[in-house]
Amino acid sequence: MRALAGLLRKEVYHILRDRRTLVVIIFLPIVQVILFGYAIRNDVSHVRLAVVDPAPDEATLAMRGRFEGTGVFRIVAVVPRARDLEDLFQRGEAQGAVVFEPNTAAHPDRGVLVISDATEPNTGSLVTAYALSVLQTYERDRPATAAGVRIVPAVRMRFNPTRESSNLFVPGLMAFILTIVSSLMTAISLTREKETGTMEALLVSPLRPWQIIAGKVAPYIAVGFISVVGVIAEARLIFHVPLRGSLLLLLVEGLLFIVVSLSLGILISARTSSQRVAMMGALAGTLLPTMLLSGFIFPIESLPAPLRALSAAMPARWFVLVIRGVMLKGIGLTYLWPPTLILLAMAAALLAASTRAFHERLDA
Amino acid sequence: MSGVAIEAHELTRRFGAFTAVDRITFDVRAGEVFGFLGANGAGKTTAIRMLTGLLRPTSGRATVAGHDVAAATELVKRHIGYMSQRFSLYEDLTIRENITLYGGIYDLSDRDISERTARLLARLGLGHAADRFVRTLPLGWRQKLALSVALLHEPRVVFLDEPTSGVDPITRRQFWELIYEAAARGTTVLVTTHYLDEAEYCDRVSIMVGGRIAALGAPGDLKRQFHTRSIDDLFVQLARP
Amino acid sequence: MRRILFLARAEVLHVVRDRATLGQVLVVPIVQLLVLANAATFQIRDTPTYVVDLDRSRVSRGLVNRFAASGFFRVIGESASADLANDALLRGDATMTLAIPHDFESSLVRLRSAPILLSVNAEKGSAAGIVQSYAARIVTAYAAELDAARPAVRREPAQVDVRISSWYNPTLDYRHYMVPGILVALVTLIGTLLTAQNIAREKELGTLEQLNVTPITRGQFIAAKMLPFWVLGLVDLAVGLVVGRVVFGIPMRGSLALLFASAAVYLIAALATGLWISTLVETQQQAMFVTFFIMNVYLLMSGLFTPIDSMAPWVAVVSQINPVRHFVAVARAVLVKGAGPAAVARPLAILAVFGAGMLTLAIRQYSKRTT
Repeated sequence: MRALAGLLRKEVYHILRDRRTLVVIIFLPIVQVILFGYAIRNDVSHVRLAVVDPAPDEATLAMRGRFEGTGVFRIVAVVPRARDLEDLFQRGEAQGAVVFEPNTAAHPDRGVLVISDATEPNTGSLVTAYALSVLQTYERDRPATAAGVRIVPAVRMRFNPTRESSNLFVPGLMAFILTIVSSLMTAISLTREKETGTMEALLVSPLRPWQIIAGKVAPYIAVGFISVVGVIAEARLIFHVPLRGSLLLLLVEGLLFIVVSLSLGILISARTSSQRVAMMGALAGTLLPTMLLSGFIFPIESLPAPLRALSAAMPARWFVLVIRGVMLKGIGLTYLWPPTLILLAMAAALLAASTRAFHERLDA
Repeated sequence: MSGVAIEAHELTRRFGAFTAVDRITFDVRAGEVFGFLGANGAGKTTAIRMLTGLLRPTSGRATVAGHDVAAATELVKRHIGYMSQRFSLYEDLTIRENITLYGGIYDLSDRDISERTARLLARLGLGHAADRFVRTLPLGWRQKLALSVALLHEPRVVFLDEPTSGVDPITRRQFWELIYEAAARGTTVLVTTHYLDEAEYCDRVSIMVGGRIAALGAPGDLKRQFHTRSIDDLFVQLARP
Repeated sequence: MRRILFLARAEVLHVVRDRATLGQVLVVPIVQLLVLANAATFQIRDTPTYVVDLDRSRVSRGLVNRFAASGFFRVIGESASADLANDALLRGDATMTLAIPHDFESSLVRLRSAPILLSVNAEKGSAAGIVQSYAARIVTAYAAELDAARPAVRREPAQVDVRISSWYNPTLDYRHYMVPGILVALVTLIGTLLTAQNIAREKELGTLEQLNVTPITRGQFIAAKMLPFWVLGLVDLAVGLVVGRVVFGIPMRGSLALLFASAAVYLIAALATGLWISTLVETQQQAMFVTFFIMNVYLLMSGLFTPIDSMAPWVAVVSQINPVRHFVAVARAVLVKGAGPAAVARPLAILAVFGAGMLTLAIRQYSKRTT
């Protein structure tokens, strides 16, 4: 056990002495959460609308006024011909357009055409939906309109009544950043040793492989935990993401997640001999998949079945569930025991796998 | 060009509080084989790196092949060859590929590259290994390759930093034969070594101790001057205050 | 100059002989593209829905069936208990609950109007808005159906007839939006990582010194370092586009020549960034870290996954200096919207300026001499 303590001390010196890396590891996640919290959003607001109005009359002007009045739309151009729209859309200056026919006031059934730029399908759908509702409201408010049968949906938005994007993305963002940084940390630490040959010395010492791994992981757990606390604080203080559940549970789960991520990093570096390859693997291999498959930005329900299976293998995906559950839904272990159990199992499996990898090196 | 190939005047380099090269002054005539001797850490490599334009002097002046090393560094580089102490060629390329690369960088024509490559490889006995990856070669062969690259473009001045470290005696002799041939052609060779017997092969030597030049002259003259029988003894005498 | 070609050829040899890296450069991007293009979607399908139908009339069953048959919703459970519905939401089994009151049919008959309650799990932010708009569409259509089935009623003439047209992506296929974007992301990521390591590695190995002693100029050096990866990047892009076309059917409405010309400019900017990073750091490890940070920022703030219009204003301004943002805009405009040079002139000009600037920075920063 004394040997383990010695190893721990050495690792701590390593970290403290490499001031630059330390600052980067703690500082980076925190900065990125701020940056991306403001950047990664899905809300559609201030839709840029173009209007084609060949012969403006009181009807078209009234409808145009409605669009402006909503605050959702901003009319960026009024053109006389539909032909002019193509250019506006291609430049990205307009996201949607409303096309009026001449003589709308006299012949309302001529029709209004709502065009949306569906390159980004959801924005397109939302633009259409908003435009439709503006026109329908205008309809309803006109005198002498007999309503047909109406089913009136009352819609309640649960857990996120204002539908703030930050509530969606920031929790996922936390998981994402912590994943990448933890994997990087250990991958670097271990391969650095291998490359400079000090790993050999460790392996022939009386330390058992599991002790080597434990000794390496422990200090980084501390560093990772600082990041966890940091990002939670940011989420609360800067983005006002609610914390409806237990903070203690959140911290413990955060700790668990760090262990899982670090173990993954160890496994990567146990399998590769070159620092460069390890890091390329860590970055190129995990960056995009984690972004896309962990439920961080794109909802998991939208994934086709095989990708959903792949996503289940990613620790970040489960941690996202936990964070959102604790922060937004306010639920506890009663509902969250499945993802927690999965994370525990992953930690155990990854640590076992890396220990075995080191055993192999010892025998080889 | 005057008869002076290298000229240093009060050349100094400090790293923070530590003075690695302390106001050295010397010159090397064209076609001379000049031995730059000294213990490890005496400042030889630092001095060479200043003369080759890799390191900026803290103070003092130096010219190589008639150009100021600080003000006209890039001009200097056209006329020099360099073999560094640490192997600095590509291990994942073959011998031939390394030589071809540097031939091209020094603007040699394709024909010149192939002719000179063949000649150098033959001289150094590397012909059979020309297409092997450098990674697979023993140290001595790597040194031969590095020396080839330094001489390939037939520069006016060649700097060799410990070229014979770690090579076997036969290879050592081959190196010195090449050095003499180059000198006979008019190439100036500045070579550092800590094999003090090699000092006898040089026209003149300087001995650096603690960043300063403690002795400078032809080996025979120095031995007489300091009343020692070998350069070895001379060195020990100088290095121990 | 000839020197550039000689050095560039050596670079190519380095890459080609490094099997692991080669795999990462050629294979990984394409594999990731294939896998991830299917992942990057906000499309809502089969939203799990819990139904509480207290009316159980013909009319209410009709509504529930419309939801179930739409393809957008999937009924995962049904009961008369609002608590069970709530539980399903909490547990995450249901994303939406539909509650129909017990007097639904009778209200419709008597008052020609009846309420229903939709509770949507809005954790997902605007996905909830999409869900709501789909639900609203289904509800409105059903109401119109019921209306048409009634005996003839005095119809008010002249209701504004609204038609909808979705341009460029009528099938609302998310892959048309994402695949060009992911491709750009992958090519950028790989290219920048490789160049960022490049010079740092030569510093670590000591091979940089031998190059520094030669008369090669900084401009020639940087150009030679960039050339192979520039070509590689364009090749990667081409292969990716073929894959995108064949596998995902992404549109190619605009001029491919314009796209590749833009890519050529863009890659200079991206690779020069990598090389600049490489000149600043001493070790490959540092190179990786810095590149990772910058790439992360570039990718997430490029409008790749989430629209620039949704960003907080100050961030949207910052994204103007993000070259990825501009190239993604160009790629989407050209491929999906069929835009011509005039429409993409502005982002292209910004890319050119950025590329020139980055290149100058890299060349200036690289020093053949230690001070």
